[in-house]
Amino acid sequence: MTAKTLFEKVWDAHEVVAETEATPATLYVDLHLIHEVTTPQAFTELRQRGLPVRRPDKVLATLDHSTPTTPADAAGHYTYVTPEAEQQVHMLQANCAEFGIELNGWGSDHRGIVHVIGPEYGATQPGMTIVCGDSHTATHGAFGALAFGIGTTEVGHVLATQCLLQRKPKTLAIHVSGKLKPGVGAKDLILHVIGSIGVGGGTGQVIEYRGSAIEALSMEQRMTVCNMSIEAGARAGLIAPDETTFAWLKGRPRAPQGAAWDAAVKHWKTLVTDEGARYDNEVFIDAADIGATITYGTHPGMVTPIGAAIPAARDAQEEKALAYMQFSGGQQLTGEKVDVVFVGSCTNSRLSDLREAANVMRGRKVAPGVRALIVPGSVLIKREAEAEGLDEVFRAAGAEWREAGCSMCIGMNGDIAQPGQLVVSTSNRNFEGRQGKGARTVLASPLVAAVAAVTGQITDPSAFLEQAA
Amino acid sequence: MKPVTEIRSRTAVLPFENIDTDRIIPARFLTTTERSGLGKYAFNDWRYQADGSDNPDFPLNKTETKGCAILVAGHNFGCGSSREHAPWALLDFGLQAVISSEIADIFRSNSLKNGLLTIVLPADAHRRLLEQPGIELSIDVREQFVELPDGSRIGFELEPFAKHCLLNGVDQLGYLLQQDEAISAYERQHERQEVAA
Ligand code: SF4
Repeated sequence: MTAKTLFEKVWDAHEVVAETEATPATLYVDLHLIHEVTTPQAFTELRQRGLPVRRPDKVLATLDHSTPTTPADAAGHYTYVTPEAEQQVHMLQANCAEFGIELNGWGSDHRGIVHVIGPEYGATQPGMTIVCGDSHTATHGAFGALAFGIGTTEVGHVLATQCLLQRKPKTLAIHVSGKLKPGVGAKDLILHVIGSIGVGGGTGQVIEYRGSAIEALSMEQRMTVCNMSIEAGARAGLIAPDETTFAWLKGRPRAPQGAAWDAAVKHWKTLVTDEGARYDNEVFIDAADIGATITYGTHPGMVTPIGAAIPAARDAQEEKALAYMQFSGGQQLTGEKVDVVFVGSCTNSRLSDLREAANVMRGRKVAPGVRALIVPGSVLIKREAEAEGLDEVFRAAGAEWREAGCSMCIGMNGDIAQPGQLVVSTSNRNFEGRQGKGARTVLASPLVAAVAAVTGQITDPSAFLEQAA
Repeated sequence: MKPVTEIRSRTAVLPFENIDTDRIIPARFLTTTERSGLGKYAFNDWRYQADGSDNPDFPLNKTETKGCAILVAGHNFGCGSSREHAPWALLDFGLQAVISSEIADIFRSNSLKNGLLTIVLPADAHRRLLEQPGIELSIDVREQFVELPDGSRIGFELEPFAKHCLLNGVDQLGYLLQQDEAISAYERQHERQEVAA
């Protein structure tokens, strides 16, 4: 038997029709996640053609992008940013009802950011193929699932046929050896990786993250890493499932139970890259070289260790980016005054992220003039955080404790920063205008974000923690 | 979808790298439930000034680029989100082809499914086009080349299935639906395995 990579094993198991020179492969999809923004036109297409949803049992829907993060009023009404946003939500509700799809909507414990609820619900499992009309679908790769972001036309394809037409991507192994330094986490790791290979470095490829530093990560941290694969241009990101994965999944609502669980684990254990299997490309990184990392430009590849001087612009592009960010080459970012801090998004809104931020904010105050938004990834996470009293910590510090959703990651629901404001954000994109027209975004870990909130400026977390100790 | 066989137009040039989908259409316009009418939002935050008037410095606002159907853009065009609103907006704006030295995967896939041709050219040819905005190009989809005014031709790759769909104006869902039998067989086999496990 030829040695196969993890990617090849999952791919091969889902080929309904293999690719030929003339036609792409027809790939079977095990789980289709949908949300309100990228689906209305797909359902319209189905309706126009008189097609049913082939496997409603393999579709899971939620509301996250356009939804307000302020609570409902006494009458149970939510205040949407625009009538269009509300209509989009109503449309998904109606479409799910019409086509028999399970919707984790208002009132459900599992409503939340689509890439947070899939794993939390146990719907995301090793070896699956998972798609969603959303580029951060790679998040689910943390479980050893092959997860692609797709467009709305493809959402329609999958609804109608449960299949996706795909050319087989190439593979890229990113080996991270050694151990992360204290105070350095998954977000720093992935920002460092994107800085190393560039925002187009993964184009046309599926990344497999491997090595001791990856194996040592918790599931939450693995999700943070895989989540940002698309920021390096990759089609997907994968990590081989192991005991950490199984322990995390066990007992979740959609995870197999009893004998089926044992059988599943037995199968999942085979989902590793075989000795001698070949990748198309490989990159080697030493975890010891990674420090607390932030972005300073307008794409996630423009990164720097906190405390280092920003590199001078190498071309007109970078000059433009620095001008937008109101930074200059050679400058330190530490000490830069911060206006908004956002802890949330499918990159960093899970319970461990909230704890990380709360540990900094406990007994401290958000600096005057700083607005801090803490937005849990799902209703369940919100509830768990409240059971631990994290909401009290945030409120006492003067931060806003919000309802679950995408919120300021994309700003579609009206949670935005003002022109010129500097935002330290735990999300995944610092594109111009992403968090509001003219808003300047610095991407960082929840730790760095929380430290920025209480100090009012970009601060090296290790210096801060030493001082605090 | 209308067949796309040949595109002739002057070029408009956006000489910036990594033009992301938030630039092509900002997220606040994604609350639409239609695919039509998004052209007015294409490059919105670049294209208009704060008072809503046209930004005179934006290349696509210049009189000489009006009506151009071919956009030549910097490296790694279309990176970022999977929003199909990006190609919908560009098509509605009047573009038929985008040329770059690299085009992000999901954007390319979305574009081709809607009849927006994406062309990746080698770096030197790409640079030449970036440096000569407004030249008349002719793109032959069947023969896969871009012809310059001096008659020189630059070949490009095009995924054969996407090409077939463009040339014949067929959409891919029809093709997938024809595989119903294979899909059912796969499902039967798979579900048997699950029961056996
Ligand atoms: S949190 Fe941000 S990146 Fe994640 S799904 Fe929502 S909008 Fe997309």
